[in-house]
Amino acid sequence: MSSLSWGTIEPHLPILLVILPLFGSLLTTFLRKGILAWLIALAVTLVLPVFSIALLMKVMETGQPIVYQIGNWPAPVGIVYKVDQLSAYVLTVISLIGAVIMPFARRSVAAEIQEPAQSWYYTMYLLCLCGLLGIVITGDAFNAFVFLEISSLATYVLIAMGRHRRALLAAYQYLIMGTIGATMYIIGIGLLYVVTGTLNFDDLADRLRLAIADPGYRNAVITALGFIFVGVSLKLALFPMHVWLPNAYAYAPSLATAFLAGTATKAAIYLLLRLIFSVFGVALTIDNLPIPLILLVLSIAAMFIASFSAVFEENAKRMLAYSSVAQVGYIMLGVALINQAGLTGALAHIANHAIMKTALFLALGAVFYRIGSVMYSDMAGIGRKMPLTMGAFAVAGIGLMGTPGTAGFISKWYLGIGAIDAGMYSVVFLIVASSLISVIYIGRITEVVWFLEPSEAAKTAKEAPLSMLIPLWILALATLYLGFDTRATVDVAAKAAEVLLGGIR
Amino acid sequence: MLTSLTDLTRTMPDADLILAATLIPAAAAFLIPLFYRIPNLREAVTLVASAALATVTWSLYPRIVAGAQPELKIWEVAPGLDLSFKVEPLGMMFALIASTLWIVNSIYSIGYMRANNEPRQTQFYVCFAVAIAATMALAFSGNLFTMFLAYEVLTLSTYPLVTHKATPEAMKAGRVYLVLLVGTSMVLFLPAILLTWGVAGTLNFTAGGIIAPGDLSPLLLGGLLGLFVFGIGKAAVMPVHFWLPAAMVAPTPVSALLHAVAVVKAGVFSVLKVVVYIFGIETLSTTGTGDWLVYVAGFTVIMASIVALRQDNLKKRLAFSTVSQLSYVVLATAILTPISAIGAAMHIAAHAVSKITLFFAAGSIYTAAHKTEISQLNGIGWKMPWTMTAFAIGALAMIGLPPTAGFLGKWFMLQGAVQSEQWFPVTVIVLSTILNAGYFLPILVRAFFMEADPVRLQAAGAQAAHDTHDDDHGEAPFPIVLALTITASMSVLLFLFPDIALDLAKLMVAGG
Repeated sequence: MSSLSWGTIEPHLPILLVILPLFGSLLTTFLRKGILAWLIALAVTLVLPVFSIALLMKVMETGQPIVYQIGNWPAPVGIVYKVDQLSAYVLTVISLIGAVIMPFARRSVAAEIQEPAQSWYYTMYLLCLCGLLGIVITGDAFNAFVFLEISSLATYVLIAMGRHRRALLAAYQYLIMGTIGATMYIIGIGLLYVVTGTLNFDDLADRLRLAIADPGYRNAVITALGFIFVGVSLKLALFPMHVWLPNAYAYAPSLATAFLAGTATKAAIYLLLRLIFSVFGVALTIDNLPIPLILLVLSIAAMFIASFSAVFEENAKRMLAYSSVAQVGYIMLGVALINQAGLTGALAHIANHAIMKTALFLALGAVFYRIGSVMYSDMAGIGRKMPLTMGAFAVAGIGLMGTPGTAGFISKWYLGIGAIDAGMYSVVFLIVASSLISVIYIGRITEVVWFLEPSEAAKTAKEAPLSMLIPLWILALATLYLGFDTRATVDVAAKAAEVLLGGIR
Repeated sequence: MLTSLTDLTRTMPDADLILAATLIPAAAAFLIPLFYRIPNLREAVTLVASAALATVTWSLYPRIVAGAQPELKIWEVAPGLDLSFKVEPLGMMFALIASTLWIVNSIYSIGYMRANNEPRQTQFYVCFAVAIAATMALAFSGNLFTMFLAYEVLTLSTYPLVTHKATPEAMKAGRVYLVLLVGTSMVLFLPAILLTWGVAGTLNFTAGGIIAPGDLSPLLLGGLLGLFVFGIGKAAVMPVHFWLPAAMVAPTPVSALLHAVAVVKAGVFSVLKVVVYIFGIETLSTTGTGDWLVYVAGFTVIMASIVALRQDNLKKRLAFSTVSQLSYVVLATAILTPISAIGAAMHIAAHAVSKITLFFAAGSIYTAAHKTEISQLNGIGWKMPWTMTAFAIGALAMIGLPPTAGFLGKWFMLQGAVQSEQWFPVTVIVLSTILNAGYFLPILVRAFFMEADPVRLQAAGAQAAHDTHDDDHGEAPFPIVLALTITASMSVLLFLFPDIALDLAKLMVAGG
């Protein structure tokens, strides 16, 4: 420990990504002052993207996964962390979102959470971040469960801290659903352990291929696949297992909503991809369960039904929450196509959607900070009073519609190409038709905030403070930037898709 | 200063000029809000930018006529998705029209917006500049992706202009505008681009087209053409024309430049460009897959004219006339002969200068006399002689009579149809010419040969209207009259000296 140089840190980056937020959360527990807790959380979250980007650059350069053995115990005995292109990419997305929103947090949290609880809030925030990063980095099925629970438990608390009393109900609802999901996941993993005697992803993959051929184990493997699929789908809010999401997002504190919308479902999507493509393998999955077809149907249902729900919402946060369900549908649609372009689109959309949706929720957080409501009736005319906030909202909203020149278009383009490559021409039209619905719900709120006479609440509103505007505009500009320069999204996503599809056997 | 600017542009490389064409209006959009407290300076930015832009496009013109087709690849967004420009003759013509008319329209806008005390003028000029930047990018687009990008930016930047008045009516129109234009482009245009990519593996505009006749069955080829034609909702082929009359709630300068020139021309220009450079006239005519388009476009020409006959609101009548005239271009394109394609290109130019004149005149009447309905226009020709003379020239062009530019386009179209023995388009053109006369000549008769009729006004219970419709009016403010005089002259000059447009049109057909 004499010299803390990059050289000494670098081999330990995988574990640091998990340990840092964990220790950070311990530290914040002992602090009474919200501002001190915020400073610690800020320091931790700003370091994490540096680490994850370093990992990403390394795996992109070498093309080889980085394996980190915890306590130097080799694979089947000890837990290993494994970073390949896919996990490094998702780690980067999660840690970047976690960092960008921190400057926003100070005022938003101070306004929405009572002082003694503020440091608790940051504790839970860091714990949640730790759990999400852990899910993505671990190469062990049970370890993934532990991190899933860490992030979920922290999330329940974050949601319950919302100012509205319904936040408690929403958190409880999510607790029940989340627990069912986690239970199903652990049942599936338990079955796999019984069959194979291992929890390591790579080991599992090897042994499952033998196990499926054995009639004695076959049914157990298929049952495990079913449990795991449903369990993780609950966490990622795949339609119709999404019912916990709209209330959770609507009543959570503004910052928590922005954070969860950008990251929580993405980590669960990662886990599902990892399990289906790398552990079970596409061939085994397709041969035994029609999962691509199920995904295709459910994601298309999500794209339309959830989008329609968004159109008729009067609460802006709930509207965006329904939109999130629909956008998860887009991502899973790309997965269901099981080809290079479709997966590239799905993975690119993980980053693109995280950026756009976080921007949208941050804008609503700024509005809530100023007028204490995100109901359309109170937001009427707010655009004239908070033009910079709502301008960023409009930019991100245009991105969500998938307009060319924004990140959303890039995702849609690859999804479309993927559908054409799969020979599913009708899916092309379903993709574009559902994005038309997003034009309607974004158009509706645009009219409310820009063209209606200011409401009583909006009349006295002022522009959001700079500490909120800067994170907001970083994300809004990223929405535009990633519509033109796709090296950070598409190039990496394409590589990650290759890795996943390389697992087809 | 202007001469030094022209010297500069004459020696500039092609790539810089192409870039400047988009960047000048874009830069204006950034500069205009800086001067929002000083309206004179703010408007000066618009005027200087429009003059600079026209200088740029006109210095590109001789190079294009000489046969050059400069290309500029800016950036590869993703593999196969290039942001790239290519100046071909048709795009050159469109850019010349839009940039030249932007100057005139800016003069007009200043007169109109100030005389009518319109609110949010800064926002107006900013959106206008963005729309022009998008128009330039669209005109010079080198592939379908760039075109699509510019197309969508054009829609989004004109949405605040349509809803400028922020009245419930304007919001409703804005809704129709956005949902119909963004909707068709997303649901039909984008899949068309995706399918083109799937079939051809490229999106570049290429002389002769990029889709070979054998790539798709005739049925699918016709379907793809349909996706493009209806997906490019700005071309306003029925039934996707509703947005255009709805958009007439916008201030008149918007209707004039955008909804008579830039936006709608972007539509028909895109259709023409897709037919010529994506499908190829050869491919479509040998496979016979474009035949249905003749009937759809012909139907639109006639139906829109019939609807126009029944409109009493002057801007609405002009809007339906635009719908009809746009489909002339589509019809001429669909005839699929080189000479009719020349007619299509000529008609884009002719209709632009003439229709903008008509809208300028409508706005002039609104500004000076606060009249919007045709039935109120009795005798107005003697009070506003400049305005109504210009209106008459514009009307003659719409009917297609010499000595106006409108005659030329129709002439080439007819020639193409007769040469290829397609009698349906011939009938449509003849019939619609009669209809055009039917809805424009009565306006002229009212304006010049009928007495203002106070009894009728009172009978309509319009005592209040009588008070607001000040009948003791003269001409509109000078900038307005100046602008419409210039565009009316252009309409005549284009007839007398058609070569500027004709050379480009011929080059387009020759395939550069």
